[in-house]
Amino acid sequence: MTAALELVDVVDEPKAIEGRSPLVLALRRLRRDKVAMISLAVIILIVLMAVFAPVFAAITGHPPNEQYRDIGLTPEGLPRAPNGTFWFGTDELGRDVLVRIAYGARVSLLVGVFATAITVVVGVVLGLAAGFLGGITDTILTRLIDVVLSVPFLLVAIALVSITGPSLSVTVLVIGFFSWASVARIVRGQVLSLREREFVEAARSLGASDGRIMFVDVLPNVLAPVIVYTTLLVPVVIVTQATLSFLGLGLPPPTADWGGMINSSQNYYTTAWWFILFPGLALLITTLAFNLFGDGVRDAFDPRADRS
Amino acid sequence: MVRFLLRRLGHGVLVLWLISMAIFALFFVAPSNVAQTLAGRQATPETIALIQHRLGLDLPVWKQYLNFVTNAVQGNLGYDYYHQVPVTTIIGQALPVTLSLALGAAVLWLLLGVTNGVISAVHPRSLADRGLTMFALFFYSFPSFLLGLLLLYFLYYRMTMAGFDWFPAGGYTAFSDGPAVWFQHLILPWIALALLLAATYTRLTRGSMLDVLGEDYIRTARSKGIRESRVVVRHGLRSALTPVVTQFGIDLGQLVGGVVVTETVFSLPGLGKTVVTAINQQDLPVIIGIVLFASAAVVVANILVDVAYAFLDPRVRLH
Repeated sequence: MTAALELVDVVDEPKAIEGRSPLVLALRRLRRDKVAMISLAVIILIVLMAVFAPVFAAITGHPPNEQYRDIGLTPEGLPRAPNGTFWFGTDELGRDVLVRIAYGARVSLLVGVFATAITVVVGVVLGLAAGFLGGITDTILTRLIDVVLSVPFLLVAIALVSITGPSLSVTVLVIGFFSWASVARIVRGQVLSLREREFVEAARSLGASDGRIMFVDVLPNVLAPVIVYTTLLVPVVIVTQATLSFLGLGLPPPTADWGGMINSSQNYYTTAWWFILFPGLALLITTLAFNLFGDGVRDAFDPRADRS
Repeated sequence: MVRFLLRRLGHGVLVLWLISMAIFALFFVAPSNVAQTLAGRQATPETIALIQHRLGLDLPVWKQYLNFVTNAVQGNLGYDYYHQVPVTTIIGQALPVTLSLALGAAVLWLLLGVTNGVISAVHPRSLADRGLTMFALFFYSFPSFLLGLLLLYFLYYRMTMAGFDWFPAGGYTAFSDGPAVWFQHLILPWIALALLLAATYTRLTRGSMLDVLGEDYIRTARSKGIRESRVVVRHGLRSALTPVVTQFGIDLGQLVGGVVVTETVFSLPGLGKTVVTAINQQDLPVIIGIVLFASAAVVVANILVDVAYAFLDPRVRLH
């Protein structure tokens, strides 16, 4: 549905037919999707865990980076199994695994949100520009997209982080820098066909500038695929961040993050199952929830896809 | 067709050239103390300067790049900083490992993905469909290192503890040293990689099969009285596989540089693991060489996919 058509609906028959935008219809379909709603609830729980991480520290009385070398480690210096004091056990330095998982959620979610935001904003703007302006802009941007998509992302990301030194902003920028191209490609493809449509011509004949047509008239029409892609991008970004951490390129210690915890638990998986199980579960539940939710969003925005 | 091919090749070369420049610039603007590392702690500034000169690090960046490109065009990607081994030799040693991993996993994930996709599409919304879709999504959500560690824990550690040492903890044995041992070392990495990638193929096959099975010619085939299994496989699957083939080409190209994690978890000395080691040692020629090689793999795979597509669908050639 184009923006222009909806306007006509609302103006002509305000009472007879209630105008519902595609967005409202999609949200309505999404609300009826049980799996998606459960996933959303899980996501909200994880967000709450991240927000209230200090509460976990307060209740247990264990700050995230405090090393309990006396009560947190066995006499042999090994991590302690879950018990009354340490509900999820301790790690190799005697730190509370539960509290560190709660703090680790902050890292995953922050990177997930910010890197996805950068990716989507840059991808949409450049995709719009390439598809709508055409000509030399399109040629250059398309070539750029080809280049970025041909780079072995993980290899270069590892190399880059090892050069700059690991930090939250570097991780976010590296992920954003390599991910915008797929968004741009999707948006460009949509815009290429949209710009030939009548409503664009109408806007132009009314004297609208290129910028106005791009962002006011064309952009709303590519939002559906962008929203779908965005929800499915978040778990990918979270996994990428965890992967970098796992390879030793996450946040500098002692900051808690899930990939880093799993990395240091590797040497203990025969003796301390809790050390790998709980961070692993946290990561898996998070990505699973986002993927299931993203699946629901896809179905809601594209009912023709027959739930495929 | 020839013109189409030439144009695509031209694009490919352009893309590789741009990538080589970007990577070169990136790594050479970063502060490097490799000469210091090589010379040792007690080295005099003269020694360090000499080493820098021998490695060509005292030249201006643009000149280093020019030398690199001149050599690269002639098939010489330079020498590693530490043992002066040609980078092409290093790639040549690591490539069979990565290829064994990627191709073996490819067989598994294609079988798994396409079979599941077809079952799902033939009985849409059935219990099997829902189950397989969940199965795919579950493994798709799995971070690859976590899946690898889990397989190691249950299939290597637990099994070995129980007295069945069927699966080694990692490492690689060349195919020529005995196919059975080669297979034994790769089976866990294959499973880890294939489970992750199969999800995409299940979804792709299912979607494209559903479209195809709704076509008129399928109804025609059915009404001619052809057996259902034949309709599904011969008439349906054949044309439904086009997007799968495309995705397969792209994925295979990406895998050359994309199996870093699996190689690290299972200690396979492939391209990914080699780069990680090189990064830790600041061994620039190796990093640049392998990144370029992996990019070339993506570019070549994309060209092959386009060519395959152009053969299948002549309309593509016009654009």
